[in-house]
Amino acid sequence: MRAIGHIAVNVFRESVRDKVLYSIVAFAVMLIAVSYLLAQLTAGQDLKIIKDLGLASIATFGLLMAIFIGIGLVWKEVERRSIYGLLTKPIRRWEFILGKYVGLVLTLLVNVAVMTAAFYAVLAYQGWGVDELARRAWPAPPMDPALLSAIALILVELMLVTGIALFFSTFSGPFLSAVLTLGLWVIGHFNTDLRNFENVVESRAAAWLARGLYYALPNFDTFDIKAQVVQGQHVAASYIALSVLYGMVYPALVLTGAVAIFSRRDFK
Amino acid sequence: MALGILFTAAVGLQAVRDRQAPLASPGTEHLLYVRSPEFLKRAALSYDSLVADVYWIRAVQHYGQTKLSAGQSKQYDLLFPLLDLTTSLDPRFNIAYRFGAIFLAEQYPAGAGRPDQAIALLEKGLRQQPGKWEFAQDIGFVHYWWRKDYVQAAEWFTRAGAMPGAPNWLSPLAAVTLAQGGNRESSRRLWQELLGSADAAWLRTQARFRLSQLDAMDQIDALEGVVRLYAQRTGSPPRTWGDVIRAGYLQGLPIDPERHEYQLNPSRGTVTLSERSPLNPLPTPEQPRG
Repeated sequence: MRAIGHIAVNVFRESVRDKVLYSIVAFAVMLIAVSYLLAQLTAGQDLKIIKDLGLASIATFGLLMAIFIGIGLVWKEVERRSIYGLLTKPIRRWEFILGKYVGLVLTLLVNVAVMTAAFYAVLAYQGWGVDELARRAWPAPPMDPALLSAIALILVELMLVTGIALFFSTFSGPFLSAVLTLGLWVIGHFNTDLRNFENVVESRAAAWLARGLYYALPNFDTFDIKAQVVQGQHVAASYIALSVLYGMVYPALVLTGAVAIFSRRDFK
Repeated sequence: MALGILFTAAVGLQAVRDRQAPLASPGTEHLLYVRSPEFLKRAALSYDSLVADVYWIRAVQHYGQTKLSAGQSKQYDLLFPLLDLTTSLDPRFNIAYRFGAIFLAEQYPAGAGRPDQAIALLEKGLRQQPGKWEFAQDIGFVHYWWRKDYVQAAEWFTRAGAMPGAPNWLSPLAAVTLAQGGNRESSRRLWQELLGSADAAWLRTQARFRLSQLDAMDQIDALEGVVRLYAQRTGSPPRTWGDVIRAGYLQGLPIDPERHEYQLNPSRGTVTLSERSPLNPLPTPEQPRG
């Protein structure tokens, strides 16, 4: 466990030193702040637009970080040949993979926290000094704590993306890993269509195949409760709990796969 | 130093280019590349709510730019497709249904002049949220104000009044609408109730504007009465408001609620709003349908 901790802290330190990461977070914070101006372009619903844009910024920039840092975690070590030195130390390969994963999740957690703080600051400014009648038009208050549940599920989604990026990076280069991870993320948003495939095709085999893919591929739609939260709709705690659980089990699955592949790789 | 010079040069070039004749518009303002809500919903991945915001902003801009454009033939042809896409991407985008219906129903050229599309949009909202009494009230309102169909209006007010959470003035309003049709007093009552209950600032502004129009219509009726009285007493109609003031029928120049002077037409003895008054055009006389 200590080895995992050391590797995780190193990944975190390395990420914090990365100027690109700062640029991404700065851009996200700027976009969240600019949402206030964008909201002035419309009639009504300014709060909705700020919330939509804020949550979308956190999700998008988090996704960029997860993919572009995740794909380089293993590849960089191989490319720099530092992997040889690392593997001579008393570190098992599964500890190496898990440490890398935990380090990146820690980095994402800190960055999402920074973006969330900026998001709430803009919301507080928007809600400040608004009269009671205007408040009644809002489906949910500006500083709605329910937004945190949407952000928490975004973070869980990012954990899954990180796991997938890390999995691909154990056997392919950064470009291919990025394409594959992004591709899987896109496909993961069409999962509902796969489930309903049997309603549009006559072939039972095709329907079964689609149903199989529906369960096998990661379902990213399950983590998306942004619209519901912004509209002030109640999201059942059981739904959130099951989604979080799914977001724990699936990364465990891909990380196991990553460890299996990485353990078989010959670095001699 | 070099930075300063280059920055000044960039700003200067921008200013010089702006002073030149602007580049001709490519004419893409009236293009909507994607019209299928189903496709757009899939293509938006998990960003459908944000894409709905983008389409809503585009709908507002399209309405505002067309309304303010100086051209003779104003085209609101994209308004309904944009609102349809917005509400398909985010079916609970309540303001898009309510404001969108106002944009669509408003008489041409101030709006699209399509109360039928306004009703279709609100009915779509009701299919999504069957208990949303505000949509039913707005449908009644479109029938009342724009279609002058008081039977349908009363029916929708009744339906809205029966929905959970609806204010208690809706059912009596339905009865008044049915009994008195579109007379000015029932119109005033409708707008006053909306002014008191609307939680969106833009709807309250609309209600205030319509109440000012109704006040102006009352004032025009009273002024035309004064003009007739002047003509009866003196044997000839007044040529200017000065004649009426000197005769003691008015204490000063008559101004509308937006502080513009009313216009006197001496040959016909009629009174109208100033062309500059923002209250133009006043609603047409209440002619019930059917």
